[in-house]
Amino acid sequence: MEHQPPPFFNRGPAPLVRLAFFVSIAVLLMVLDARFRYAESVRQVVALAAYPIQRVAMAPVDLFHAVANYFGSTAALQEENAALRTKALRAAPELLRLEALKEENNQLRRLLEARERLPGKSVFAEILYAGRDPFSRKVVIDKGSRNSIQTGQPVIDDVGVIGQVTRVYLLMSEVTLLSDKEQAIPLQVQRNGLRAVAYGGAEGGMLDLRFMAANADIRNGDTLVTSGIDGTYPPGLPVATVARIERDAAYAFAKITLTPTAGTDRYRQVLVLSNEAKAPPPAEVEQPVKKSPRTKRSRKRD
Amino acid sequence: MQIQEQAQRILLPAKVSFIVLTMALALLFNLLPWRNTAGVPDLTAAVLAFWCIHQPRRVGIGIAWTLGLLLDVGNGALLGQHALGYAVLAFLAFAVHRRILWFPLWQQALHLLLLLLSTQLLTLAIRIVAGASFPGWTYFSGSFICAALWPVLSFLLLLPQRQAEMMDENRPI
Repeated sequence: MEHQPPPFFNRGPAPLVRLAFFVSIAVLLMVLDARFRYAESVRQVVALAAYPIQRVAMAPVDLFHAVANYFGSTAALQEENAALRTKALRAAPELLRLEALKEENNQLRRLLEARERLPGKSVFAEILYAGRDPFSRKVVIDKGSRNSIQTGQPVIDDVGVIGQVTRVYLLMSEVTLLSDKEQAIPLQVQRNGLRAVAYGGAEGGMLDLRFMAANADIRNGDTLVTSGIDGTYPPGLPVATVARIERDAAYAFAKITLTPTAGTDRYRQVLVLSNEAKAPPPAEVEQPVKKSPRTKRSRKRD
Repeated sequence: MQIQEQAQRILLPAKVSFIVLTMALALLFNLLPWRNTAGVPDLTAAVLAFWCIHQPRRVGIGIAWTLGLLLDVGNGALLGQHALGYAVLAFLAFAVHRRILWFPLWQQALHLLLLLLSTQLLTLAIRIVAGASFPGWTYFSGSFICAALWPVLSFLLLLPQRQAEMMDENRPI
């Protein structure tokens, strides 16, 4: 005999059924998100719902900053002021020369009938928070599609490249840092123009320069800048310096570790550069992320 | 001593507004800018497990799933990753809710530790399948801290239900 509970103890479907239902929806969402990128609209809607909570979560941090600013002593401010003034003064001749050079450059370009490079419109943004996801390295900034931010735009701070906008919401966007495992950036050694591609490193916060021949001319302390061949990052922005080189005779490639120049843990202000009006890039460059480098490497070693 | 209190004391009914408030606060705590600090407890999971154990008729798998989805979007994680983890956590909490309250608090914390660790293990497996690399053993430290906080948490969350309207020495409420 089966024991049916009387209707006033009815508790809906059995927990196992409920679990199966929700797990299957979650798995469906994950597959859609990871494999096909179809879940973006769901994400947009939930992001709007989560936005107020996120802003409230930022409030204590903002309060902390405000209080710290308020109690910042005048002495420190004066010191900073003086330092900034000397810096500005020191930079002034450079700036004047730059103006002159820019003029000259424009003129030469016109002479050569070259396309003038438009100074891309850049958007000033502030880092809201770093996502609490130990598997990836992302920060969230406070400008979104309402401020005409698009995916793929490079993000810099005052010393170098931070990363790339990878997902845009209405009021915020996600920036994937260069140190993320799935992020790649084409670089050039400033000293000799050698080209390379850096990936997010195995160590936290570092970059790996992969596929560099063991005898490549690269030294400790070399500065690497963007090469601009991907059409995403404008050329010449400082990215990283070489921290460590391990040349092992057993491998065809040197193991090179880079320290990024820019650091998101220092400042909260960043600049989102617009993608330059560019010639159509070659088809392979469109998706510079993800190319499962591990399999490639093992194949080459054979 | 704890056993006797848990077993004999009659609690006031829990207010829905208080449940919602604590969940919102826990969500806020999770969304604070932690910057990948290792060992930050997943307070949302703990509060969720608490209510699933204490109020299994009000808080269940559906609410857990929704909270997880909010966290997924807030953290920019894989969509559905926390949702799945929390749904399983809620189910496990529901499965043990009848017996766990008969244990003293520190043994309840051990139960919770197992629940949280299995949730984290599930999340880790999902992310590794999706292509991420292992983030290091400190990834699990949050669960241990969370379990250590369990006695404090259950004291605080039960506090409103212990406030009798009229105090009486001879009544067990």
